[in-house]
Amino acid sequence: MAYEIKIENFEGPLDLLLHLIRKNEMDICDIPIAEITAQYLVAIDVMQSLNLDVAGEFLLMASTLLYIKSRMLLPPSEEEEAEEEEEDPRAELVRRLLEYQKYKDAAATLDSFPLLDREVFARTFPAQELEEGEEEEFHSVGLYELVEALRGVLQEAPEPVVHEVDQERLSVTDRINFILSLLEGRQSLSFAELFPTPPLRQDVVATFLAMLELVKLHLLRLMQNSRYGTIWLYPAVVEESPSILQLEDDSLGYC
Amino acid sequence: MIPLDTAELKTLVEALVFVSPEPIRLERIAEALDAERKSVALVLQDLVAEYAAVRRGFILQEIAGGFQFRTRPEHGEWVRRLVKNRPFRFSRAALETLAIIAYRQPVTRAEIEYLRGVDSGGVVKTLLDRHLLRILGKKDVPGRPMIYGTTREFLELFGLRELAGLPTLKEFSELNLDVLDAGADSVAPPEN
Repeated sequence: MAYEIKIENFEGPLDLLLHLIRKNEMDICDIPIAEITAQYLVAIDVMQSLNLDVAGEFLLMASTLLYIKSRMLLPPSEEEEAEEEEEDPRAELVRRLLEYQKYKDAAATLDSFPLLDREVFARTFPAQELEEGEEEEFHSVGLYELVEALRGVLQEAPEPVVHEVDQERLSVTDRINFILSLLEGRQSLSFAELFPTPPLRQDVVATFLAMLELVKLHLLRLMQNSRYGTIWLYPAVVEESPSILQLEDDSLGYC
Repeated sequence: MIPLDTAELKTLVEALVFVSPEPIRLERIAEALDAERKSVALVLQDLVAEYAAVRRGFILQEIAGGFQFRTRPEHGEWVRRLVKNRPFRFSRAALETLAIIAYRQPVTRAEIEYLRGVDSGGVVKTLLDRHLLRILGKKDVPGRPMIYGTTREFLELFGLRELAGLPTLKEFSELNLDVLDAGADSVAPPEN
């Protein structure tokens, strides 16, 4: 068989199948499954012979094709036929192909939009001067931003020392009380203030957990006044905020 | 303060949009100027129309629920000479993933991968790092997978007023396979 396969960059098995269907001018709703399976396998062979890493997804699709092909060969079972018309074994694949085509087209449309900093430009401002105003509206802090902030602090942490085993165990409860004591008599606290410089990894982790616990206990709110700006900690209950929390380590589930 | 007359209001609104570092919302302008939202809206509408009509180097656009001055798309190549940033390109994987999430959010990674037929973990991570996606929460199904959605930066980047401003996918359902595939041999549209 002399199929000519031009290897392009296929995003995945669906992309490759669409390409084969289009190239052979097949009707997507009535795919000649034997033909397409043969071509698909040849394409994978070519990819392998070119030492391209054939991802597992391509092989999975190959087996799906073979499965569909075998089902097409079998006569429809009598019981199923009696109940209602059996679904074409190709139906799910066709649905997936059409659906994928839809988003592939949508992706091309997105790419044709004038993009900021590619086709269109807006004025850029020095980050701080305008954004850090006191009166800015506050947004609540998202999970990802919080994790990014934690990563930022951890990156400052010095290289872990390998040989020393002198470990001081820090309890989350201690850190909770530490945060509360920091907050005492203040309106807010910046995220960075929580951590010593240079931060110790375990210290950072315990403090971060403590902060999350306080949020969970509704004693703290996390806000920021610009996207990806400073994260601020606010006491959630302004009145009679307990300066020392009666917490047992066990009650938090850390040990 | 003396209530502003329309002409004065217009110049002030223009000034606020001018100094704003990101698309500024109608509400914030109204609040800052102590003006009625309705009149600010009218003035903004006027300004948008004016900038579109008189041929200037930039236009006023409604982006991500706010207003911002932007250069004209057709000037992109020239402006880039000054800005000197290399024109970035999205990978097809990134675009496909963005498209799926934009249209189907909230969506899990498994759903994205089913639609694309390939692992999409890396690309989702990259898009999260670029702040084009955000985690909306966890889905209440076994495994509690994360669900993803697009961000305001996504709208800003693609110059969209709101998510509803995306071209409807219905248009796509009418497309047949080779509409966007320039150069493909013509095939009779499949009958559905």
